[in-house]
Amino acid sequence: MLTPSPQPSPRSSGKDRGLADLSGARASGWSERLIEVVLWTCGALSILVTLGILYVLAVQTFAFFSEVSILDYVGDTQWTPLFADSRFGVWPLVSGTMLTTTIAIAVALPFGLLAAIYLSEFATDRTRSIFKPMLEILAGVPTIVYGYFALATVTPVLQLFVPGLQGFNALSAGLVMGIMIIPMISSLSEDALSSLPDQLRESAYVLGINPVKTILFISLPAARSGIVAAVTLAISRAIGETMIVAVAAGQMANLTMDPRDSVQTMTAYIVQVSMGDVPTGTIEYRTIFVVGATLFAMTFTMNLIGQRFARKVRHQ
Amino acid sequence: MKISTADANHRWGEQLFRYLCMAAVLIPLLILGILVLDTFIDGLERLSWEFLSSFPSRIAMRAGFWPALVGSIYLIGLTALIAIPVGVGAAIYLNEYGEQHWFADFIEINIANLAGVPSVIYGLLGLELFVRASGMGRSLLAGALTLALLILPIVILASREALRSVPDSLRSASYGLGATKWQTIRQVVLPMALPGILTGTILSVSRAIGETAPLIVVGALSYMTFVPSGIHSEFTVMPIQIYDWVTRPQEEFLINAAAGIIVLLMTMLLLNALAIVLRNHYQNRFR
Repeated sequence: MLTPSPQPSPRSSGKDRGLADLSGARASGWSERLIEVVLWTCGALSILVTLGILYVLAVQTFAFFSEVSILDYVGDTQWTPLFADSRFGVWPLVSGTMLTTTIAIAVALPFGLLAAIYLSEFATDRTRSIFKPMLEILAGVPTIVYGYFALATVTPVLQLFVPGLQGFNALSAGLVMGIMIIPMISSLSEDALSSLPDQLRESAYVLGINPVKTILFISLPAARSGIVAAVTLAISRAIGETMIVAVAAGQMANLTMDPRDSVQTMTAYIVQVSMGDVPTGTIEYRTIFVVGATLFAMTFTMNLIGQRFARKVRHQ
Repeated sequence: MKISTADANHRWGEQLFRYLCMAAVLIPLLILGILVLDTFIDGLERLSWEFLSSFPSRIAMRAGFWPALVGSIYLIGLTALIAIPVGVGAAIYLNEYGEQHWFADFIEINIANLAGVPSVIYGLLGLELFVRASGMGRSLLAGALTLALLILPIVILASREALRSVPDSLRSASYGLGATKWQTIRQVVLPMALPGILTGTILSVSRAIGETAPLIVVGALSYMTFVPSGIHSEFTVMPIQIYDWVTRPQEEFLINAAAGIIVLLMTMLLLNALAIVLRNHYQNRFR
C-alpha cells in the first residue's frame, strides 16, 4: 500500500525522535511542515467564523443603538420599524418567540421523554435499531416542509376544533415545531438513561419497587443532568427555528400570549425584512442585526447551559 | 402461589406504561407519515416533466421548478467543494496533529458552539461578509460560501468521528515501515476513514439542500426567469421557490409548493441512499 518515500537520503534532523516517530525525522522537511500549517489553518478557520459572527452583529448593533435608545429597545412594547411611525420595542418579537417555543417544548418534552424511556428501558436491541434512526428522520425533514405542513394541513384541521384560530397562528407552528424537536430530546435523554448503572435498577427491584415506579422515581431523577441538557438544547433550537414560524405563525408583531393569534418571532422578522428590499445602512437594515444579536445571545446562553449539563453526563 | 390482585394491578399498569412509551415513538412518526402522504397526494397532480422543466409564472398551472432545481444542484455542488476540503482538513488537524494541544481543545469547544448557532444568523454573516464587504452581491458564490460555513461544524464532527475509528496500531505500523506523518495520513488513515467521511459529508450536504433561511437573508431571488450562468450569477433554490409559493395568497400555488416539496424530499432521499450505498460498498471492501 505504501509507495516508497520520495524524499532522498535520510536526514537526521532528529526533532522529537520518539519511538513511534523513528522515521518521521527523515522527512521533517518543509513539505510536511507546510501540510501541517495548511491543516492548522482549516481548523483555525472555524474560530474566524465565530469572530466574524460576533463582529458583524456587534458593529451593526452599535450603529443601531447610536440612533435608537437602548431603553426604547428593551422598554417599549411596540415593534413597528417598517412603519412611518416607527417604534423599536423588541418585546412583541421576544414574546412571539417565547410563545412558539413554549408550545413546541410542551409537545416535544412528554413525547421525547417517553420515547427515550421506551428506547432505553423497554425496546429490544432490534426494535431500538429500527426506531432510533426513524425518530431522527423527524429532525432531518427541511423546516420549510414543516412550515407547509403547519400552514396547509395542521391549521385547517385545528380550525375545526379550536374556535377563533386565525389562518396564521402560534399554535400550529408551535405544535409542528414540537414534532420536529422530539428527537433532540429523546436521543440525549436516552443516552443519559442508558448510561445509568444497572445496579441502580436492580437495587430498586430488590427493594420491591415495581418497574414503572423505578423508572419514574429512580431512573429519571438520576438521569436529570442529561434530561436538562436535552431540554435546554431543544429550547435553543426552537428559539432559532425560522421557516416554520415564518410560514405559519404570521408576520404580525403582536404582544400576546394567546396561541390562536398570529405572532411574529425574531427569526421571522429577519426573514420578512430580507424578503423586501431594504437599503444598506438604513435603520431598518440594522434592525435585523440587532434582532439577530438578541437571538444569538439567547441561543448562546441556552447552548452553554445545555453543554455544561451534557458534560456532567459524560463525566458520570 | 397465588398472585395477589395488587400484583396483577401492577402488571397491568406496567403494560399500560409500556404501551404509552411505545406510542410516544409511533405517534410522531405516524403524524409525519400522514403529513407527507397528504402533501404527496396534493402535489402529484402538478408534478410532471413540464413542472420540472418550466420557469416560474404568475399562473400557477404554468409555473415550473427548473431554475430552483438547477440552482439547488449548482449551490450544493459549490458548497460541497468549499466545505468538504476545509472540513476534512480541520478534522485531520484535530485528530492527527492536535492531540492534547490547548489550541485544538479551543477549536473543539468553538465548533460545538457554532453547531448551535441558528442558521438565520449565518445568513446575517454571509450578507455582511460576502454580499456586501467582499462585493460578491447576491450571487451563487456568496450563497455557497454562507452554506459552507453553516455546514462546516457538521462536516468536521462527522469526519473527526471517522478518523477516530482508525486504530492507532495502523499508524504505528506505518511509521515502523518508514512512512512520514503525512504519508501515513494520506495512505493509511484517510483510505481507512474514507467511508465514514463520505457518509458524514454527504449527510451534511443533504441537510444543506433543505436550508432556506440563510439564503433568504443573503438575498437569493424568489422569482427567476433564467438559469444561473456562473458562480457570479443570481440564483434561487428549491426551498426558496417553495417558500415563495407557500406565501402567495392564491390557493392554487399551494399545489405547486406541494409538488416542489415532493421533488425536494426525493432529492434528499436520493442523497441519503447514496450515502448508505457508499458506506456499505466500502465497508465490504475493508472486511
